[in-house]
Amino acid sequence: MNDFRVVADAIDCAAFRDSIVDRGCGGYVQFEGWVRDHNEGREVLRLEYEVYEPLAVKEGRRIIGEAIERFGVRGARALHRCGLLELTDVAVVVGVASPHRGEAFAACRYIIDEIKHRLPIWKKEHYADGEAHWVRCDRCAAPGHMHSR
Amino acid sequence: MNVQVSYFAAFREAAGVATERIDTASVTAAALFDECAGRHPALQRYSASLVAINDEMSPWDTALAEGDEVLFFPPVAGG
Repeated sequence: MNDFRVVADAIDCAAFRDSIVDRGCGGYVQFEGWVRDHNEGREVLRLEYEVYEPLAVKEGRRIIGEAIERFGVRGARALHRCGLLELTDVAVVVGVASPHRGEAFAACRYIIDEIKHRLPIWKKEHYADGEAHWVRCDRCAAPGHMHSR
Repeated sequence: MNVQVSYFAAFREAAGVATERIDTASVTAAALFDECAGRHPALQRYSASLVAINDEMSPWDTALAEGDEVLFFPPVAGG
């Protein structure tokens, strides 16, 4: 049950929840990340996710394991989409079940934050004006900008 | 030594290739990135934020070995 996967097809959030249901748990927290129609003042038409799957899966499962160990929750799963996504599509879903709600909220927050920071996943935004940019990369590729190594 | 280099997302578009084999004298992953930016000038405006060697995230000062598969990752943006 505790798992991280990269999926190419639309995420069924109800089926995802059902896969985590546990009669020993009284609290369940689910986070869904959606494709939004704007970013930094620009109109967004769709998103493209590129995923380096071997490492994303390995690191994603590590994050799930960390959350279970750190917060003592009973169930934790996450799915991340790859490929082309349209507005309102679910890009990522995280579900955490626990005997009590506090740990479930904390673990869910931990998992989504770590997914965003650690997994080799890149997002390209396609704009209404026809341009497309890699998020967090093209913006900071201005002369003189250096990422820390 | 001979290593395989792979570029992802913005790096792949800047380099114009996804994967290439390189005979290099670079000792570390950081030096290899600088060497690759010399081969593909469009990479020079970037400084890579993450590197993986043989499918493990690795520090930039990691010493390279013959046959290593080196993956250069631009800043990630999942979620």
